[in-house]
Amino acid sequence: MIIKKQYDVVVIGAGPGGLAAAIEAKKGGADDVLVIERDVELGGILLQCIHNGFGLQTFKEDLPGPEYAQRYINEAKSLGISFLMDTMVMDVTSQRKLYLSSRDFGYVEVDAHAIVLAMGCRERTRAQVRLPGYRPNGVFTAGTAQRWVNVEGYMPGEKFVILGSGDIGMIMARRLTFEGAHVERVLEIQSYLSGLSRNYVQCLEDWGIPLQLNHTIKKIIGKNRVEAIESVAVDEKWNFIPGTEEIIPCDTLLLSVGLIPENELSKKAGVALDPVTGGPFVDEHFQTNVPGIFAAGNVVHVYDLVDWVSLAGVEAGRSAAEFALAEKERSARYIPLVPGKNVRYIVPHKLDKKALEKGDISLQMRVTKPIEEDVWLEVHGEKNSIVRRSERYVRPGEMVTIVLKPRMAAEVEKAGRLTVDIYPKSEA
Amino acid sequence: MEEKNFICTACPMGCKLIVRMEGDEVVKILGHRCRKGETYGRQEAIAPQRMVASTVRIANGIHPLLPVYTKGSIPKRKIFEVLEKIRAIEVPAPVKAEDVIIANVIGTGVDVIASRDMPEK
Repeated sequence: MIIKKQYDVVVIGAGPGGLAAAIEAKKGGADDVLVIERDVELGGILLQCIHNGFGLQTFKEDLPGPEYAQRYINEAKSLGISFLMDTMVMDVTSQRKLYLSSRDFGYVEVDAHAIVLAMGCRERTRAQVRLPGYRPNGVFTAGTAQRWVNVEGYMPGEKFVILGSGDIGMIMARRLTFEGAHVERVLEIQSYLSGLSRNYVQCLEDWGIPLQLNHTIKKIIGKNRVEAIESVAVDEKWNFIPGTEEIIPCDTLLLSVGLIPENELSKKAGVALDPVTGGPFVDEHFQTNVPGIFAAGNVVHVYDLVDWVSLAGVEAGRSAAEFALAEKERSARYIPLVPGKNVRYIVPHKLDKKALEKGDISLQMRVTKPIEEDVWLEVHGEKNSIVRRSERYVRPGEMVTIVLKPRMAAEVEKAGRLTVDIYPKSEA
Repeated sequence: MEEKNFICTACPMGCKLIVRMEGDEVVKILGHRCRKGETYGRQEAIAPQRMVASTVRIANGIHPLLPVYTKGSIPKRKIFEVLEKIRAIEVPAPVKAEDVIIANVIGTGVDVIASRDMPEK
């Protein structure tokens, strides 16, 4: 694989949102689509969601997560989309420049005409729900346990209590039961289930796992390893009700207490976030407040069905391709101005090809080193010289100006880029 | 007449079903919003069925486990028997999604198939 300097659409994240966006962007006419993924394989969190229930809307079939992902992976590969695996995006700018750290390619910079943010979400941790008690081994988020049991092949414990009735927690209750573990209890601080009713039925009720609403954990007991948790009933303001405490012996506590859109990168690009969802403010095309930066899936708000994530990806991908094609046309109108010999910088940095039709354009620059003799100041294209004038000397402290005239328009337009060189006449 | 209450799991809507029984016969189903719901309610009242998903050990794959699932639903009371079969075997990599891992598992007429491609290490 050769990494290009410029892509039409760059998608960050190869989960269901990112894959759908990349596929749709490619179909929508974006030639160069790059998907960047930090994992070593495509599919995102679907790969650990081995239970069925995916794809009822999209495929009219009841599929497990990996198979749902597999269909998108196969399509994306068949379309000739580029993938950069085992790669972290370290920074993104509002100008749509990305700075990457890649296992195979090291430090890489790429530019994108449009970006789709598809980083998904992460689990709320123990610290974020402020659980009192010791900090022994044996406290995991439900998703971590899911990765261990379903992908890595490790059992995190034998006797479980699950805090929170989120979908992943309930699904793990069943999964652990299937693997021979015992799930003592699911505790939910709210007065209602936070996941889907169907998951209550097939994951808890089917296996006789008790769910206690209006209950939470008062304390985690155990110093080196979880030994028990102390549960307590709460009132409608989530205050503990004295006298309702119960010690539940267990060796592992799973937390299924909510998901938070993952937007550290979005913030770096200047994307404004909605404090309620934790994701970017978007329009109907899933475009953020930064032009050309789109967002799709759980990075925007947490979905309960992957099918909806895919649909969001489709819309974001289509819109990103449209933006990229327009942006490509816009940027083709511009000619970059490049500092050449003894030139430190030039302002402006780029020039509209048609700008000279309206009048003179002044190029302002500073030299790198002083030259105390007659010099040429020369503007040239890749093959053609456009203008050359002389000065008796140049000094870094004294700005140099070269004026482009309307009569040079034809030559300027022919040049792919303009370079300015400043050098002694004696060297000419 | 006996009434049984279920929450439909045929899709994520979670419809509340009421199934009226006369002995072992379903007489009426209420609360469903589609045909799938009606089928689910009838089945659930007589002989509950579930799809099962788990993992089998895989030799030489990029992961130690291969996710698998039953291509259709099987009787709920047979789930642990199926899980035992799944736990007992190991397959060699590579595997393609939907490859049959156990055909007609414990005579249910349902195949256990792979949930994803699993290339060799």
